[in-house]
Amino acid sequence: MTPARLKPKQSETHLGAFRMDQTTGTNAGKPRSFQEIILRLQNYWAAKGCAILQPYDMEVGAGTFHPATTLRSLGTQPWAAAYVQPSRRPTDGRYGENPNRLQHYYQYQVLMKPSPPDMQALYLGSLQAIGIDMGLHDVRFVEDDWESPTLGAWGLGWEVWCDGMEVSQFTYFQQVGGHDCHPVSGELTYGLERLAMYVLGIDHVMDMPFNDPHSPIPLTYGDIFRQTEEEYSRWNFDVADTAILLQHFIDAETECARILDQAAEDPKTGKRIVMAHPAYDQCIKASHLFNLLDARGVISVTERQAYIGRVRTLAKRCADAFVTTPAGGWAA
Amino acid sequence: MPDLLIELFSEEIPARMQTRAAEDLKSRVTNGLVEAGLTYAGAAAFSTPRRLTLAIQGLLDKSPTLREERKGPRVDAPEKAIEGFLRGAGLTRDQLIERDEKKGRVFYALIEKPGRPAAEIIAEVLEDTIRNFPWPKSMRWGAGSLRWVRPLHRILCVMTTEAGSEIVAMDVDGITASNVTEGHRFMAPAPFAVHSFEDYAAKLKRAHVILSAEERAEAIWHDATNMAFASGLEVVQDKGLLAEVAGLVECPVVLMGQIGAAFLDLPPEVLQTSMKEHQKFFSVKNPKTGRIERFITVANRETADHGATILAGNQKVLSARLSDAKFFWENDLRVAKSEAGLSVWTDQLSNVTFHNKLGSQKDRIERIAALARELAPMVGADADHAEQAARVAKADLQSQMVGEFPELQGLMGRYYAAAAGLPSDVAAACQEHYSPLGPSDDVPTAPVSVAVALADKLDTLTGFWAIDEKPTGSKDPFALRRAALGVVRLILNNDLKVSLLETVWRAFSDLPDALLETTLEKIADFEDQVANYLDMDVNEVFDARLSREDKSGELTLTNAMAENPLSQLIEIGPRALLGFDLLNFFHDRLKVYLRDEGIRHDVIDACLAMPGNDNLSLLVARARALSDTLKTEDGTNLVQGFKRANNILSQAEEKDGVEYSFGADPKYASDPAEHALFDALDLAEAKITPAMTSEDFATAMQAMAAMRPAVDAFFDAVQVNADSDVLRRNRLNLLSRIRTICLQVADLTKLDG
Repeated sequence: MTPARLKPKQSETHLGAFRMDQTTGTNAGKPRSFQEIILRLQNYWAAKGCAILQPYDMEVGAGTFHPATTLRSLGTQPWAAAYVQPSRRPTDGRYGENPNRLQHYYQYQVLMKPSPPDMQALYLGSLQAIGIDMGLHDVRFVEDDWESPTLGAWGLGWEVWCDGMEVSQFTYFQQVGGHDCHPVSGELTYGLERLAMYVLGIDHVMDMPFNDPHSPIPLTYGDIFRQTEEEYSRWNFDVADTAILLQHFIDAETECARILDQAAEDPKTGKRIVMAHPAYDQCIKASHLFNLLDARGVISVTERQAYIGRVRTLAKRCADAFVTTPAGGWAA
Repeated sequence: MPDLLIELFSEEIPARMQTRAAEDLKSRVTNGLVEAGLTYAGAAAFSTPRRLTLAIQGLLDKSPTLREERKGPRVDAPEKAIEGFLRGAGLTRDQLIERDEKKGRVFYALIEKPGRPAAEIIAEVLEDTIRNFPWPKSMRWGAGSLRWVRPLHRILCVMTTEAGSEIVAMDVDGITASNVTEGHRFMAPAPFAVHSFEDYAAKLKRAHVILSAEERAEAIWHDATNMAFASGLEVVQDKGLLAEVAGLVECPVVLMGQIGAAFLDLPPEVLQTSMKEHQKFFSVKNPKTGRIERFITVANRETADHGATILAGNQKVLSARLSDAKFFWENDLRVAKSEAGLSVWTDQLSNVTFHNKLGSQKDRIERIAALARELAPMVGADADHAEQAARVAKADLQSQMVGEFPELQGLMGRYYAAAAGLPSDVAAACQEHYSPLGPSDDVPTAPVSVAVALADKLDTLTGFWAIDEKPTGSKDPFALRRAALGVVRLILNNDLKVSLLETVWRAFSDLPDALLETTLEKIADFEDQVANYLDMDVNEVFDARLSREDKSGELTLTNAMAENPLSQLIEIGPRALLGFDLLNFFHDRLKVYLRDEGIRHDVIDACLAMPGNDNLSLLVARARALSDTLKTEDGTNLVQGFKRANNILSQAEEKDGVEYSFGADPKYASDPAEHALFDALDLAEAKITPAMTSEDFATAMQAMAAMRPAVDAFFDAVQVNADSDVLRRNRLNLLSRIRTICLQVADLTKLDG
């Protein structure tokens, strides 16, 4: 790998001086900030032919919930997308004090369908792109099968270790929403904060430079998120109104079912419009509301399974609907 | 004769599956080859994270020609029959031969299957093996439909002879067999061709891959122990971890690192578990202090900086992990040492469901505490301590540490109970009450631990019995067989004299009626079963039950059963039958356990048929004594004598319609052998009766076996069915004494042979 260096322009230097070869998506040298790592990943996967999508505009627990992964892994249509997804796990909130735990964090997600034969090599290339020198580090693929009881999904793959640290999840989807995946999608999930902390050599997430530390106004991760972590931790654990959350859960569940109960043919336009995505939005909502209720500690062990089962039922119905849409491979 | 080399090269195979997979590859391919007529001299299988390899030596280069002669219909058989025969044989009429036989002239077909070249057979067998490989879990990838544990990239299949090597032509879902493989993923990724197993092994070695898992494990262990030794330390042995780590690397490089000083005060088990479970590190301890001071990690590559970067990274990850553990440990200790102590956690257990029908963990603890108290005197434990231990034994399930490391349950309980200032036998019981888990697990001996361990397991068993969730076939989701074996081993190892039946009845009585409702409804034939158990008339049971219907009394664990079994059973009601059923389950476990000890099943049956069979210590003492007796010549011969006596007696009793149980009178003895038998019986009885009273089965059985010469001599010299009716009756009554004496020791009629 000998990247032809582009001479950085003045303005780029300001923005963080990421030195990117636009044709191969590879870089030289160590990144200097959280955002540079994200930008390098974006460039790398763009160069490998992925559509670079934007985050989904709803609260989700993981990048997998983005319809670009969940729904697009279904059906026969080829797909290749990469995106950052802000993710929320209310129970992981630590008021911004824990060096590694956050209730709001970022995942980088790549989904390729069908999974290309050189997906492992592509993935390793992305680690190099963010400055991990394969000649010095020990990268390993350690068995870790993935299962999402709420999505009715499972796959086989690994957690990827770099010097003993889990830096990504690598999964070949076998089933989503109760449907066998054919072709199979390859999914990569990078926990961005943890990965970036490792690459940048940072011990506390809040100390991590978000933009280039040499910027006129250098900002750390803490400058941006310490206060919000504190606010959400308090709300998630102690303040959120559980009666309202529960009602919202029921509303989302009801609306999801109602959407899917509509006839495929739209009486107004006369077209066939199966509303898989609006229904799936309600499923995402229900899932997040369940997480909030869980953080408030009002769901008992036995109820837990029942709630997860309710969300799964929605996810399955959405999957059933999606495969009857054009994006899901349905042809009239 | 050619050699064959097969390598299936894939993405990383889970470490835990590799060894088995290599063996499966070997057995499936070699079985397939042999079935097709290709025998071989030797075969060896290997595995690494990315490959399964099979090397076969001395394979036939083609399968032998097979000739088969098939008998057909008679020449004058209907046309249809002959046509069918021809179709089956794949021949035409003129190829058949005719032979004269007793029943006429018959067609014969001589079918010759020519041998096939090895390559053709190998290709078929290997394809079949790949397509039907018994992975515990397999997957599809890309747009294909082939299943493998992870995506399969290459099939290497090469036959080697003196003349050279050739690729076995085959293709499985677009993967074409070749003679090419790859080395270490990072250190030597370039593909290379091979022409024989020796060439393959040598080139792999050069490409930084150690093919044999044992060799990798040995290298790791060798380097690790040397490295630790050089620092005056030693590696904590862990065979499972060693095998797993050997399955995670192709090129093991051992590195030793420091554990931060801040973490050295954590309990050693916490350090070890955290390092092993999360990081696959070996623990390195100081033999002088017993403390774990360093770790060993195994990297999959050599680096220019001799692993400095890798070690620094691993050390950093470990610090983060141990910071968590330390945080949990300190928080937990704060709770344990607080005024409320462990009750903070036990109170929370009322919110934790044990099973949706059997209630919360807290409900369960109440039952275990009551039972442990009840059992305490029988196992020699202090009742207060036993109850207290039962109340805190599950507290650690709510601790943060056990939340993070479930495998530390019990052990953390012990630490926290000690921190809470509880007595040491109570703290020990927190850890030991889970034992024994497996058949080779240590059995607790401390009385308080024994009481809680028994109560815990008995509550589990009676609970699931009550809701009719018994193990079936291979399904035992609540590990009830393990629990029952645990009870058996606790009783036997501690030589406890416990009436299991009364104990489980007691446990059943603590379960609410509503819980048992549906199960009890199934027990419709209560009277029948009780009658059967007590060997009584069913109407008698029925009447007794009716007469007691309006009375209700507290169930007491006395010897009421022995004094008045019928009223006792009626008192307990249908729950009594659940007890019998559960006792059978214990007996089944016991049989398996004793079989492993070399005690025959019929010996166990002979002892099970005796009263008091719910006292397992007694039952086993009897079985062991009987088993030992049967190993002596006197013992086996005496059993033959007993059976002979019993047969003659039974036939006579059936014929005469009477039972010969009056004492025989020596004055009618005519033969010296008969006199001698009287003496022998008197002698035996004088020894057996007191021995049985003191449960000294060995002495009783020796005395029984000692009757043998007299019994044998009697049968040699005396004819039982004498012409004189008086003599005959007296002799039959004499045989009856033999029977009675023997049957009080064990039910010898149940013995084989």
